[in-house]
Amino acid sequence: MSTITVVEPGLLTTVQDLGRTGTLRYGIPPSGPLDRDAFILANRLVGNPDTAAGLECTLTGPALEFHGEAIVAVTGADVPVIINGADAPTWTALRTNPGDFLKLGAVRTGCRAYLSLSGGINVPPVLGSQATYLRGRLGGFGGRSLQKGDQLPTGPAPRPLAELEGRRVRPEWVPVHSPTIECRVILGPQADRFPPEGIRIFLESTYRVTPAADRMGYRLTGSPIPHRHGYDILSDGIPLGGVQVVGDGQPIILLVDRQSTGGYTKIATVLSVDIPRIAQAKPDHLIRFREVSVAEAHSLLGTHRAWLDGAIERDTA
Amino acid sequence: MGEIQEGEWLGLTPPDNQMESEVTLVPAGDLAVSIEFESVLSPEVNARVRALDHLLLKAKLPGVLETVPTFRSLLVYYDPLVIAWDHLTALIQTLIPHARPERIPPGRRVEVPCSYGGRHGPDLEAAAERLHLDPDALIRLHTGAELVVAFLGFTPGLPYLMGLPTALNLPRLTTPRTKIPAGSVGIAGNQGVIYSVESPGGFWILGQTPLALYDPQAAEPILLRPGDRLRFVPIAAESFQAIRQAVVAGTYHPLIEEPPERPA
Repeated sequence: MSTITVVEPGLLTTVQDLGRTGTLRYGIPPSGPLDRDAFILANRLVGNPDTAAGLECTLTGPALEFHGEAIVAVTGADVPVIINGADAPTWTALRTNPGDFLKLGAVRTGCRAYLSLSGGINVPPVLGSQATYLRGRLGGFGGRSLQKGDQLPTGPAPRPLAELEGRRVRPEWVPVHSPTIECRVILGPQADRFPPEGIRIFLESTYRVTPAADRMGYRLTGSPIPHRHGYDILSDGIPLGGVQVVGDGQPIILLVDRQSTGGYTKIATVLSVDIPRIAQAKPDHLIRFREVSVAEAHSLLGTHRAWLDGAIERDTA
Repeated sequence: MGEIQEGEWLGLTPPDNQMESEVTLVPAGDLAVSIEFESVLSPEVNARVRALDHLLLKAKLPGVLETVPTFRSLLVYYDPLVIAWDHLTALIQTLIPHARPERIPPGRRVEVPCSYGGRHGPDLEAAAERLHLDPDALIRLHTGAELVVAFLGFTPGLPYLMGLPTALNLPRLTTPRTKIPAGSVGIAGNQGVIYSVESPGGFWILGQTPLALYDPQAAEPILLRPGDRLRFVPIAAESFQAIRQAVVAGTYHPLIEEPPERPA
């Protein structure tokens, strides 16, 4: 148990764990990492349970000073990792000693990097989770993004550090972040509010990520999607990855900090396994949608979880 | 799921045979299913949603993670690798005929102090004029009704209220406001809301409550719950600030009455 000093906070760095369950009915979104795969792998590299809290770092990472021994791992976006002035690899369990400085630079590809350390960030849970919900100023470190001078408490390492050092994600399994991504979707829940032409336009067009893209949602721009009977519905729950089409016919993909309910038609919902691709997409990147069935989606999810379970080399845990 | 007799696994009595409107189950991505009742704004339909929500939560099905009730639908989040789609939807289908309003446990009774008009309620006069009422009559209608929290959503802790008298039915504002203060009490489309955080919105603002509907610092950040029975109580504009300060200091306790215990 020790602390980390935030020397530079980076552009937008928040404490996240896997997020809240059971609070959407009170209007509080789950939060948690936008790229859940990268977050889970960072935790597994350092020997933590998947649920341990780590940092989500957006575009430009923080500079941190460590006051105790730890194993750290950086995953997600391709980002320079510099420990005491020397380059260090991503997707790898790295040893840090008291007094070490670790800096994450600006992302080369991707958008969000994840930093986990053995023992996790130790902030008090709020409503069952350590995740930060920025708009609600809830959870995480004081309900906000990190600032210069913050002291982050860390927990006890779950395993001897020597067992963990050097573990890495199989290089061939490290995702490549492309400026053009495909997102698989299940049509609905309001696909019936669009004419066949609207569905066709949605599935055959390429949409561009606008600057209005954050943890709440990604607003896209491209061929307008016509509605059948207007765009408003009696407000209902918005699932993760729900694609809202508002009055101007442009889609918005709703993500982990989304509003729990809303009154706009949702043409389709992005598969959970493809949300990490969105997490790593930046403004001006391109998104295409492809329809799959519910059965296909569930089979993909099973394959995906097995893939995650086999992603780390030398995994003797 | 052939071995499960309708309702038996929850100890439910056989459902009424009365014809009820069709309920449809629609996938909402790979991790959620939307259960959709008749698309109307009606307390009866919403009560069926809340009854089904109650039955599903009580059933504690492995793999069912959380539920979000709204006006006429229930969104159910699940882990499809723990409970398969076919299994989940079959179980939900067996519950639907039992989702009757009398199954909902009685809601809490909550009194919400509200300062009407003036700077707290910038639309009171215009709303009254539009409804051909004088402002005092409008306030009497608004405070006279027992409203039910149909669901919470949009922003943390924001209640959608049903049960307003039809004499208070107004369309949404043609131009939504960009900034409405937290605690603002609004009506539109036969619904009531209380804005829980500063946000944009299209409801007519009649007044403001000094209560905090959402307090991220509190042990229980959300004041209200779906199913609460709520009544507005008028307060003078001069007492708003004093109550507000007491709310912030944690020394003001609004009336929240738990329902009497019901025999199981």
